[in-house]
Amino acid sequence: MTPQLPFAYLDDQTKRMIRRALLKAVALPGHQVPFASREMPLPYGWGTGGIQVTAAVLGPEDVLKVIDQGADDTTNAVNIRRFFALTTGIETTTTTAEATVIQTRHRIPEHPLKAGQIMVFQVPIPEPLRWIEPRSEETRRMHALRDYGPMQVKLYEDITQHGTIATSYDYPVMVNEHTLMSPSPIPKFDNPKLHQSPALMLFGAGREKRVYAVPPYTDVRSLDFDDYPFEVQRWPQACAICGADNHYLDEIIVDDAGTREMVCSDTDACRARQDQT
Amino acid sequence: MYVAVKGGERAIDASLALLDAWRRGDPNQPALQIEQVEQQLGIAVDRVMAEGSVLDRRLAALAIIQAQGDLVEAIFLLRACRATLSRFGQTCPLQTDQMLALRRISACFKDIPGGQKLGPTADYSLRILGLEQANANGASPLNAADANAQANLPRISRLLEAEGLLAQPTEPEPTTPPDITQEPVQFPMPRAARLQMLSRADEGYLLALGYSTQRGYGSTHPFVGEIRMGYTPVCVRLSDIDPSVQDDTPVEIGELLLTECEMINQFQANSDEPPKFTRGYGLTPGRAERKAMAMALVDRALQAESLGETPSAPSQDQEFVLAHGDNVEASGFVQHLKLPHYVDFQAELALVRGIQSS
Repeated sequence: MTPQLPFAYLDDQTKRMIRRALLKAVALPGHQVPFASREMPLPYGWGTGGIQVTAAVLGPEDVLKVIDQGADDTTNAVNIRRFFALTTGIETTTTTAEATVIQTRHRIPEHPLKAGQIMVFQVPIPEPLRWIEPRSEETRRMHALRDYGPMQVKLYEDITQHGTIATSYDYPVMVNEHTLMSPSPIPKFDNPKLHQSPALMLFGAGREKRVYAVPPYTDVRSLDFDDYPFEVQRWPQACAICGADNHYLDEIIVDDAGTREMVCSDTDACRARQDQT
Repeated sequence: MYVAVKGGERAIDASLALLDAWRRGDPNQPALQIEQVEQQLGIAVDRVMAEGSVLDRRLAALAIIQAQGDLVEAIFLLRACRATLSRFGQTCPLQTDQMLALRRISACFKDIPGGQKLGPTADYSLRILGLEQANANGASPLNAADANAQANLPRISRLLEAEGLLAQPTEPEPTTPPDITQEPVQFPMPRAARLQMLSRADEGYLLALGYSTQRGYGSTHPFVGEIRMGYTPVCVRLSDIDPSVQDDTPVEIGELLLTECEMINQFQANSDEPPKFTRGYGLTPGRAERKAMAMALVDRALQAESLGETPSAPSQDQEFVLAHGDNVEASGFVQHLKLPHYVDFQAELALVRGIQSS
């Protein structure tokens, strides 16, 4: 008694509703647009916002790449890619340059994105002000008044307490010098890739029922201070597999003695570099 | 080592095979049939239908079997199924006045017009564990056409209203009812939308919140004005489904088993008006009395602000109550913590090491 499934799972009315919300989101860069999120066959927290956005933008000609933590072969990425292969029959890829739509959790690929590509981010908490003010009624008001001082104060308090801005991922950004936005929990290493990107960046938060967007070639500035400028993570060592010194690295504990190795989080970029050398 | 965390396709397949094996248990035992679950675990089916927002007993029973009796998981399965279905119309408002009541009680009055009627309830049973209690072989078959069921019973709240003892809800209501499944929710919400959220909120969550109001956190002095459970006709206007139809007459397409609870709460007084009782409302598909009662308590607590009370308890804070009551959302987000977070953890590691060394 399994019902017949529509293309990309969701019924057409729902996809149309999501596309309308996305159009509004593109017109208002960084602004969180409410949408009537549906339950997907994967749990909330697994990327249902991203999945709904992907389902709404995918066409039969698209080529889809799905990554989680930068990798194509982590269980959640495999699962989501399978879901779309099953419900759309479209082509999937692990190669960043070949994909037209890339759904991601927590990373932006190392390989530069190009015009015409769509990045779809899975977002747990779309509200950058949530940790300062839990009420959406109040944060909506703060956005309306561009009352972003408390966020700057939070960063300042980090510096007075820790000597540095103690936010390493989901680092707040100002979009188009107008709207404060959560870049999703990507490491701040990836923040500069949002700035003036030729690709369209779409963000979906399913449980929180919000979508937002950064259109191509939009200014995205990570918050900082003149005397404490924004910096990204750097590692003293290079990737143990491909030797890259400019990729985001994950730490792997390789034996019982606690020996550590650093390897690329982006499996596609790591493979491409191995192929080159 | 490295490969271990990059499980991928084969790991998922192996895990699903194990899950199937655990679901089936000892293959020498007969497999559960949908009909058995639907008939003999009826209250579980009711809960899954209500919180899954799909009122289909067979699909709910299937979900319970597939979820191995994990009702929150079964609710999730049904909700996910719902997302594939197109909406083609809406029903007329349900008239619970017309309910063919199998059960109907009031705790406010000893005798009420139409009478007190216990119906199927465990309220006055001894909870002694034993197969004699559960064994239904001696029971007479359920007669769906209950000869004692009564329709159009007068409402206790109407009797109090007629005497000017019960206040009308004061909050302005939208002219067209909101639909929380079709429109994104925004706070603050009108009561009609709040009630929808409460009706499909997690039963245990509502129970705890309702209970908290009885223990001093936002006290409301509740009395059960009336609880009724029974079949309510469902009507549609064909013109709502097919605009080419001219006829506007509601057509009955079936009936729904519902449980409704009206609480009569502490009176409210100010200098302009004589004191009147206030009310809380609970309505849920199926037999779900605990849920309907808890919902009525929480509904009343959430009216605190509009009734001029100063909100102080969690149950009176609508964004707190409503944003956290959906068990599909809550279960997903709590459990997503087991997904890999190594990129973010790596970022935090580097940060903490950096702060330590500087």
